[in-house]
Amino acid sequence: MAAGDFLSGIQLISPSEFAKKKIQSLQDYSILAAQSVANLFRHPRYWADMIQQMDLIGFGSLPIVLASVFFTGAALALNSATTLSRFGATTVIGQLVSIGIVRELGPVLAGLVVAGRNSSGMASELGSMIVTEQIDAMRALGTDPLKKLVTPRVVATVVMLFFLTILGDFMGLLGGSVVASILLGMDAHEYWSNAWQTLVFSDVFMGLMKPLVFGYIVATVGCYYGLSTKGGTQGVGRSTTEAVVAAMILIIVVDVFVTRFLMVILGS
Amino acid sequence: MATPSLPVEASATITEDRAQDIIVFEDVALAFEDNAVLKGISFRLPRGESKALFGVAGSGKSLILKMALGLVRPDSGHIYTLGEDVTQMREEDLFELRRKVGIVFQESALFDSLTVRDNVAFRLMEEGVSEDEIERRVREALRFVELEHTVDMFPSELSGGMRRRVAIARAIITQPETLLYDSPTGGLDPVTSTTIVELIIKQRDVYKTSSLLVTHRLQDAFMMATHCFDAKTNHMQPVPPGGRVEVPMTFLILREGEVIFDGELHDLVTTKDEYIREYIS
Repeated sequence: MAAGDFLSGIQLISPSEFAKKKIQSLQDYSILAAQSVANLFRHPRYWADMIQQMDLIGFGSLPIVLASVFFTGAALALNSATTLSRFGATTVIGQLVSIGIVRELGPVLAGLVVAGRNSSGMASELGSMIVTEQIDAMRALGTDPLKKLVTPRVVATVVMLFFLTILGDFMGLLGGSVVASILLGMDAHEYWSNAWQTLVFSDVFMGLMKPLVFGYIVATVGCYYGLSTKGGTQGVGRSTTEAVVAAMILIIVVDVFVTRFLMVILGS
Repeated sequence: MATPSLPVEASATITEDRAQDIIVFEDVALAFEDNAVLKGISFRLPRGESKALFGVAGSGKSLILKMALGLVRPDSGHIYTLGEDVTQMREEDLFELRRKVGIVFQESALFDSLTVRDNVAFRLMEEGVSEDEIERRVREALRFVELEHTVDMFPSELSGGMRRRVAIARAIITQPETLLYDSPTGGLDPVTSTTIVELIIKQRDVYKTSSLLVTHRLQDAFMMATHCFDAKTNHMQPVPPGGRVEVPMTFLILREGEVIFDGELHDLVTTKDEYIREYIS
C-alpha cells in the first residue's frame, strides 16, 4: 500500500479541536463528579442500591485486595531484609514494612486493585446501558441516572475502599510477619511490637485519607467513561479500557499530591 | 395534500392553541456537526389524537420522540409537551414531566438486570407505591399485554415481540396522558407485528390516550386508522364503511429534515405528491 493511501485513511484532527474536546471532557467529568456528591443532599436517596453496590464492590474485591497487599508486604520484608542485613539492622523490618504499607502501599495497592476490578465493571455496565438505550429509558421514566446509578457507586466505593484498605494494611503486615518469622527467623512478637510502635497518628491518618480520595476517583472515572460511551459494543470495550487506565494513572498521580498535601497539613 | 412545513401564520395559531395540544413542535432544528437532521420542523399533536411519523431511515423520527421528552435538546426552536416548553426546562424539572408520558423504545430498552415485574413496576417503585399496590398494577398491566406468566422472568428469556409487549406494559402502568412509540414493530415478524399493533389500538381505544407513533411500516398506521378495539371479542375489528375510529389518526411524513405531509388518511391516499405516492405504494 502506498504511503499516500495509508495517510488518506487517517483522520487528522486540528489541535484546537483536540483541545476543545479534552476541555469539554474535563468539564463533563467535573460536573458528574460534583453532582455525584451533591445528590447525597437531594431526594430521592437510593440506600438499597448503595448497600447492593457495597456488597459488589467491597466484598467482591476483598480476596484480591487482601492477597495483593499480603504478598506485597511479604516481598517488602524480603527486599528490605537483604539491605538491612548489611547493616545488621534486620530488627527494624517491622517498622519499615509498617510505615511502607500503612502510609503508601496499602492504600495505593487497594486503590489500584479496586480500580482494575470496579472502574472497568462500572464503565462496561453503564456503557452497555447507554448503547441499549436503558439510560434513556431510565430518564424517560422520570429517574435521574446520576442519582440512581452514579451516587450509590461513588458512596459504596469510597466507604468500602476505606475498610478494604484497613484490612489490606493488616494483611500486608501479616505478609511481612510471615517472611520475618519463617524465612528470617525473627521473633514474631518483636516484629509486631516494632510495627505497631512505629506508627504515629500522621501515618494512620494519611493511610486512611488516601482511600477516600482513591475511591472517589475509581467510581467517578468508571461512571464517567461508562456514561460517555459511544459506538455500540466496540465503544463499550473502549470505555472499559480507558476507564481502567485513567483511574490507575490518576490514583498514582494524585497520590503524590495527596501525600504532599497531608504532609503539609500534618506538619510531618 | 395537507400542510408541508408550517408557514408563519400557522405557527402563530400553534402558539395560541398549544395549551390544548399534547405535543407542539415549533420550527425545531437539529444538526450533528455538519449534518442537519431536522431543518425547522413544526407540527402539533392535539389532545385525543394519534399521529404516525414516517420517513426514511436517518430522517430524525426517533429523535423527534426523544426531543418531545427532553432527552435530546434541539439547536433551535421550541417544543411544548403537555403545555411545558421542554427546551427551556432544567433536567431536574423534566423528570417530573416525563412521568406523565409513556415511551416504548425501538429495542424495548428493558433493564436487563431486572425481572419483568421490576421493569414494569420501575416507575411505581420510584414513586414509593406500596408493595401490594405495585403487585396489583403490575399484574393488571401484564394482563393487558397478555404476558402475566412472564412476571418473574428476565428480559433475556423473552422473545423480541414479548419484550416489546413488556415495554408497552411498562409505559402504560401509570396510565400516562400520552404515549410515544418508537418503531414498536421494527424487526418483528408479521404475526407478532399485528399483535403489537392490536395492543396499541387496544390501549388507544380503552384508555383514549394520545400517541405519537414512529414506524417504517405503513400497514401498521393504516391498520390503526381503519381498525378499532372490540372489548367483547378482545380483538381489533375493521371500522364499518363510513365510520371513524374514536381516537382520530393523522400521518406525518419527513423528508430531508422537513415535514412534507401532515394530515389524515384520506389526504394521504389522494395526494398528488410524487414522492409520497411512491412512498406509500
